[in-house]
Amino acid sequence: MELVKDLPEVFDEFAQQRKNSFLAVKELKEKGTPVVGAFCTYFPQEIALAMGAAVVGLCSTSDETVPDAEKDLPRNLCPLIKSSYGFAKTDKCPFFYFSDLIVGETTCDGKKKMYEYLAEFKPVHVMELPNCQSENGYKMYRDEIIRFKDALEERFNVIITVEQIKEAIKLKNSERKALIALYELMKMEPAPMLGDDLYKILYGSTFKFDKQAAIDEIYAVINQVKKEYDEGKHLSKRPRILVTGSPISGGASKVIKAIEDNGGVVIAFENCGGAKSIEEMVDEENPDVYEALANRYLNIGCSCMSPNPNRYRLMGELIEDYKIDAVLDVILQACHTYNVETLGIKRFVNERYNIPYMSLETDYSTADIGQINTRVAAFIEML
Amino acid sequence: MYSLGIDSGSTMIKGVLFDGKDIIAYKKIPTSANPKESIQNLYKELYSDKVAYVVATGYGRLLLPEADRYVTEITCHGTGAAYLSQEIGAVIDIGGQDCKAILLDENQHVIDFLMNDKCAAGTGRFIEMMMRILEEPMSYLDNFVKGKNPISISSMCAVFAEGEIVSLLAKGADKGDIALGIIHSICRRTAFFAERLKLADPVFFSGGLAGFQVFRDTLEFYLKRAVKTNTMAQYAGAIGAALIGYKKAAVK
Repeated sequence: MELVKDLPEVFDEFAQQRKNSFLAVKELKEKGTPVVGAFCTYFPQEIALAMGAAVVGLCSTSDETVPDAEKDLPRNLCPLIKSSYGFAKTDKCPFFYFSDLIVGETTCDGKKKMYEYLAEFKPVHVMELPNCQSENGYKMYRDEIIRFKDALEERFNVIITVEQIKEAIKLKNSERKALIALYELMKMEPAPMLGDDLYKILYGSTFKFDKQAAIDEIYAVINQVKKEYDEGKHLSKRPRILVTGSPISGGASKVIKAIEDNGGVVIAFENCGGAKSIEEMVDEENPDVYEALANRYLNIGCSCMSPNPNRYRLMGELIEDYKIDAVLDVILQACHTYNVETLGIKRFVNERYNIPYMSLETDYSTADIGQINTRVAAFIEML
Repeated sequence: MYSLGIDSGSTMIKGVLFDGKDIIAYKKIPTSANPKESIQNLYKELYSDKVAYVVATGYGRLLLPEADRYVTEITCHGTGAAYLSQEIGAVIDIGGQDCKAILLDENQHVIDFLMNDKCAAGTGRFIEMMMRILEEPMSYLDNFVKGKNPISISSMCAVFAEGEIVSLLAKGADKGDIALGIIHSICRRTAFFAERLKLADPVFFSGGLAGFQVFRDTLEFYLKRAVKTNTMAQYAGAIGAALIGYKKAAVK
């Protein structure tokens, strides 16, 4: 596949993908395709894909519905949780509206308690996610994946076969490989594109329902970026920043903008939308598909795990492989687990890699853009 | 050749002229309700044909379009403090609306920093507000609290602390004891905040509050570290801006 459009236009198209999928999801529904709404990277997408369902991401990223949510939820709660609940309650988000089933996981305290209220007015299935990546934890998550499969079979009156799951695993793995090939372009020095543009594709691709078409398009983007790079079209040398921490799409992407407006470039995303949720493949050789899925998904290094060694491991790899100059940890307000982990991550980054680290606490509003700019600019001046 | 550094803070706008060796002029004016006009007035007063480079810093830095460069107050405070007092390990700046802790390496470069701009209770604004309630001028603060016993102020928030102070006054508490209690509250908060960085001795104290002996002593008490300052400490940001500007002008 070859791109008929220029890269900036393609980036913008991906940025609009979430909105563009509103109509697509309506059409899918009209054709009778079940729609499953998911919140978290721990959600084993393969199970839903195996029954032919469309999976939509529900994590909301705008402060538009926060006041509605605050009628039911405390004010000092993470904006992602409040925004998501608010969109569900007001039905302002078509993805919530069209979801036949919403799947949550017992990740952080705020989210799992929010699901209890969400279940009062939406069909919700909660997967019990262990807090520790122990032997028992993996066993338990395997059972939970089977319980989820059973729940889908019962609700939609279908049979999900092992063969179907295997097919879905292969498809998702090839999507992961494409996304990895895309963000690995950032290993080049100087960087081929802005982190903001990279993020548009990473985020936008999660809202493409035709996975194979999305994969083809990602490879087309990769080829185009490489071609332009060889022609000398790339960024000038800039400080190379790794972004980690809470999810940063939507309202919190102002931090990416602040980094790149002040002369840096975001080389790698370790967050939910980035390497954390993409990096590892599901073992296609394992005859026990549920075990293969449990092993892969429970390995994700989110701060809701205790301890959380995989976050450190992945971050270390990214710092080395992408020649990172500094790490910026973005914490959504009241995201306790990531906030507590800032101390450990700061020590790890400062002491093991001897590069600067800064954490920033923010929400989805625009009220703190001035302060964020000052901090980020000072951080980049320091490099 | 001169460079001009302007630090547009929330309470005062400070300007410094630098000739590559010495500070040859300095001035501060209140930010007022029209900061844009204030910064222009100060700029016009200090600017001349000899000025080759202008650097603006502080939260209102973008209000000066004449600047050749904008640099954040973190970098400027670090640079300015290192000029005023050689061989310092860290800078604590308590400004009118924020509080900064800056860590410097042996070459006096910024290597880490923290900023608190979400809470007024750790800033100069807090003591200003409280002195207004006590109906005492800020300028006599040192004398006013001399020999007093600090009353513990428990409120974590400047707005709630105001209520606490009103009720202390109603109970007939001594105004000097209350004021010293507020100073302790600000310094304790600042020390805990700054200790999140691995501070190195000595600590340079900048910002308007550094001019008060009682603030220097109390901060030293809570930090358990030597605190240095300089009569020009309030100008640290503007000095840093002027120094950075001079360097830039030299290579221009």
